[in-house]
Amino acid sequence: MNLLEVRNISLAFGGVKALNDVSFTIRKGEIFSLIGPNGAGKTSMLNCISGLYRPTEGSISFEGADITGMKPFKRAGLGIARAFQNIELFSHLTVLDNLMLGRHTKMKTGVLAGGFYWGRAQKEEIEHRKAVERVIDFLEIEDIRNIPVGRLAYGLKKRVEVGRALAMEPKLLLLDEPMAGMNAEEKEDMARFILDIHEEMGSTVVLIEHDMGVVMDLSDSVAVLDFGKLIGKGTPQEVQENPDVIKAYLGEEQFI
Amino acid sequence: MLTEILHTLPQVLLDGLTLGAVYAIVALGYTMVYGILELINFAHGEIFMTGAFIGTAIFLTMTGLGVMSAMPALLALILVLVVTSVLTGVLGMGIERVAYRPLRKAPKLITLITAIGVSFLLQDLVRFIAELKKGNYIITGPSLFTNQVTVEASSLFSTFNNAQLKSSSIILIVTAIIMMFALDFFINRTKWGMAMRAVAQDRETAALMSVNVNKVISLTFFVGSALGGATGVLFAVQYGTIDPYIGFILGLKAFTAAVLGGIGNIRGAMFGGVLLGLLEMFAAANLSILSGGVLGGEYKDVFAFAILILVLIFKPEGIFGKAVTEKV
Repeated sequence: MNLLEVRNISLAFGGVKALNDVSFTIRKGEIFSLIGPNGAGKTSMLNCISGLYRPTEGSISFEGADITGMKPFKRAGLGIARAFQNIELFSHLTVLDNLMLGRHTKMKTGVLAGGFYWGRAQKEEIEHRKAVERVIDFLEIEDIRNIPVGRLAYGLKKRVEVGRALAMEPKLLLLDEPMAGMNAEEKEDMARFILDIHEEMGSTVVLIEHDMGVVMDLSDSVAVLDFGKLIGKGTPQEVQENPDVIKAYLGEEQFI
Repeated sequence: MLTEILHTLPQVLLDGLTLGAVYAIVALGYTMVYGILELINFAHGEIFMTGAFIGTAIFLTMTGLGVMSAMPALLALILVLVVTSVLTGVLGMGIERVAYRPLRKAPKLITLITAIGVSFLLQDLVRFIAELKKGNYIITGPSLFTNQVTVEASSLFSTFNNAQLKSSSIILIVTAIIMMFALDFFINRTKWGMAMRAVAQDRETAALMSVNVNKVISLTFFVGSALGGATGVLFAVQYGTIDPYIGFILGLKAFTAAVLGGIGNIRGAMFGGVLLGLLEMFAAANLSILSGGVLGGEYKDVFAFAILILVLIFKPEGIFGKAVTEKV
């Protein structure tokens, strides 16, 4: 069953086309990787899916419903969560508060009840705190839960960023270069977390990653973008053997 | 000279605390809106003034209907505070929706000019309604909580004179403290308070966390305006006579208090307000003594704004503010 369908998406900034007639589908429960050289339009594609950008053409549907014109906060409410390439955590808030923000959509208390913090509001907070503690245990960040995020090391920030998205219990998790700037050991940990997220939490994962080894090891299917165009899609094996993909990554041999 | 200053110090401290409590709550409105929109909402002083008029109008209506004599004054005050808070909160939300939201992507200067325009609009609207209803825009409310309490300061230190404190001052200070603690709790401990802090730091990311940014901004205006309106009621009860222009200078001073504490910082605004109130009352009582009769108490406003200038020169981020470093 298809969880997300991207149909003929184009995105232009002035005269520059960031995406050009891109179409693909993501099946429920798979790890789907979006790869391509720098400036290929990968992050722009994620921005279209999460609602930060409104595509100039085409449509996006999630669980069969058209979400093309939907506001980002409503998409998040449907179960689309996002972790950024450049860390976008709330640096003044603690790790725990950042993760609790991920629960915002699940907390149904209104302003008045929440403001007075009694009855249902209190019970709900305890319930959601438990869910957040599960994410904290899962990502092995128990000892930093009360530290403001701004004071953390880069690798831990990346982990918290993924954790915040996980706290939303997403149906679709968008990870934009979660391993960028990490050393080999941190990459290994993150790869393990992504597999665990997929297996234990049942989330469908969309992954943008430059490390081909990671992409080939983790992905069920791969789509390749180059200059805003989709130049290949299929299993990791199929994509690896695709001549257009090889050309985009390695360039054509020049015979003079 | 020092003896003269010490004589009046207890009275100065109590009056300063009363005035400072007003500044602190009004400053909260400025700082909350600035924190979330980076907009200096110069109409906030007029929300305070509108609150004072709404509260006074309700008190006068209740007196006319004989309700005031039938219920305890404190209960009547609580009732008026709640009603006025809701009305001014809704007014604040309405202003944001009509005047500021369409300009959210416009240059900051345009929004600032709009805020000043809204400020004048509210002043003249309240003046028009007051003159229509009363034939005069200077309104005197019913006398409430006028009994005096003597603070025996001389028993602490012989140089001190005893100080007089109206029961309305006690009510104002206590209510202000309750409001400050309630706001601090709301901002730091609740779901919506956390959403406010998130939106203040990064609107786009907050939206991706399923936070309805427009709702949070509306809520911020509601809370800030409700607090401002409630303070207007307390001000009217404390000082008796109000006019449509009370919000202007007081609003500017509350803004000074917000800058003094560190604009965008909730606790900073509270501290800045109380500090400014104390400094201003000290100036009003002692400028004449300190300047050898050259400057009188009427220069207290100059003193308040001189503080603003000094803060902006030497510590532009305010006492509790953090200097912002920008990576380039």
